[in-house]
Amino acid sequence: MALTFEKTKGLTDVPTHYCPGCTHGIIHRLIAEVIEELGVLDKTIGVAPVGCAVLAYDYFSCDMFEASHGRAPAVATGIKRAKPDSVVFTYQGDGDLAAIGTAEVVHAATRGEKITTVFVNNAIYGMTGGQMAPTTLPGQVTETSPYGRDTQLAGFPIRVSEMISTLEGACYVERVSVDSVKNVLKTKKAIKKAFEYQLAGKGFSMVEVLSTCPTNWGLSPTEAMGWLRENMIPYYSLGVKKDIAGEVK
Amino acid sequence: MGNKVLMKGTEAIGEAAVRADCQCFFGYPITPQTEVAAYMAKKMPKLGRAFVQAESEVAAINMVYGAAGTGVRCMTSSSSPGISLMAEGISYLAGAELPCLIINIVRGGPGLGSIQAAQSDYFQATKGGGHGDYNMPVFAPSSVQEMVDLIQDAFDVADLYRTPSMVMGDGMLGQMMEPVEFREREPRRLPEKDWAATGLLGRTKHNVINSLYLEPEELEQHNTRLQAKYKTIQENETRYELFHCDRENDLILVAYGTTSRICKNVIKAAEKDGIKLGLVRPITLWPFPDQAFEETVTRTKFGYLSVEMSAGQMVEDVRLAVNGRKPIDFYGRTGGMVPHPDDILARVKQMVLEGVSLWH
Repeated sequence: MALTFEKTKGLTDVPTHYCPGCTHGIIHRLIAEVIEELGVLDKTIGVAPVGCAVLAYDYFSCDMFEASHGRAPAVATGIKRAKPDSVVFTYQGDGDLAAIGTAEVVHAATRGEKITTVFVNNAIYGMTGGQMAPTTLPGQVTETSPYGRDTQLAGFPIRVSEMISTLEGACYVERVSVDSVKNVLKTKKAIKKAFEYQLAGKGFSMVEVLSTCPTNWGLSPTEAMGWLRENMIPYYSLGVKKDIAGEVK
Repeated sequence: MGNKVLMKGTEAIGEAAVRADCQCFFGYPITPQTEVAAYMAKKMPKLGRAFVQAESEVAAINMVYGAAGTGVRCMTSSSSPGISLMAEGISYLAGAELPCLIINIVRGGPGLGSIQAAQSDYFQATKGGGHGDYNMPVFAPSSVQEMVDLIQDAFDVADLYRTPSMVMGDGMLGQMMEPVEFREREPRRLPEKDWAATGLLGRTKHNVINSLYLEPEELEQHNTRLQAKYKTIQENETRYELFHCDRENDLILVAYGTTSRICKNVIKAAEKDGIKLGLVRPITLWPFPDQAFEETVTRTKFGYLSVEMSAGQMVEDVRLAVNGRKPIDFYGRTGGMVPHPDDILARVKQMVLEGVSLWH
């Protein structure tokens, strides 16, 4: 019988701990497929964050690090400087990257570290049970914004991709979404491009992936996809925010 | 070989690390040790090695975590407030069992404190500093030469036991110029780093650098292993110097680093007054040299006087080692003040000639 589907070698056989309907599984698979397709599984080193993806080191079959909260880009810097021939990526959520780890991602980007960051933005702290994140939308109800995020008290959500795209060291920044099959395919393309830029030694590359958290949003997986489309995409516009190849042309 | 050069302490640290095959340096400027980074910034790129000025000490120690996890020799250097910022990272390094070198050129605290020499990070260095049950070898040189020698040792001990290790000097040692000789030595036999996350490179099972154990049984087992390792380090790597302790002394001084040098002068000066003093000089602060007290406790009439540039942080370890067998007293200065030999001698005379103990 002809083989019609084979799981990517970039993932282990360990069952993930993610909630039903969570999009981390999709994003893990896309990264793993890209690593396999680029033929770099043997020299890739990943860095897992603190947050829902804390156990990602069990799921990727390449060598992995577990970093402290927010510090993945600094850890990745150490790895890449020690082993310049390796392919290094960080996998970080919005609490990890856009709150406690803001300094690390900004400076890794501005130094032009030849690493790739996959930034998973679901507008909430997942692992700790649904608190307000730096990316939580105005008016959005969370455990720590029970009356909705009041921008007068809690400020405004950060558009990380736009911010990073202003830095000279960043070579490729794109915001994508995994809310539909079409967008999932676009996400894979973006991740592949980000890795390719790293392989070409162009600088820091980042893909921000809009994703869902049905559990903490209190929605079904399908409703969560709709909420992402209706609420997140209008604030966090999809598309390429920076591409130095484009600039060169 | 055999060539002595005059070098500033901080630059000698850099050169010693380069010679010890340090491949990556990550640091953030802070007085009084910034010359270490400046030296490495000059040297490392020419050798094809990495130098990164991090955005903070927090980032620097996490870069160390990354580089150390790939199995290369790497280091950072800082001073007291910077080491406080690194404390979390050091705990992760200890938990993930990653070898690296951390230099602390101690300045006065607490808080922003001062930029003058102090020894007030003893607790932080030897009792944890970061969270969790861990220890880390801490080497305390008393001269630029010894600092150079101990850097090689600290790297070796780190690799041998898979632990971060610290060389802790004070601002005076960092800033003084002394003749040093970079000695070629027989390398210690060190284990293969088959645990390192280098990329699979043909390996079938992935290596993971991690300190997370969600199951309490597993974390306890991990801690039990760590404690067994720390015990082995205590047994094999404890270092100290006994000075004038091979005689019946009136009193034995206990001091490390800069204060131990001052104490040696005090011992000489006391001879003129007919007072016999010895010195126990811990070279490793952790593991603390309890054995030095076993060897000297019957050879001191009035016990021990701990002399420090802190409010008496080492006294606790001296007490535990002596365990009530002899009186223990303390003389110290804080805030970046350095004890004067005359003041130490006056304190010695009060104890030995008048039997007065001022410290309880």
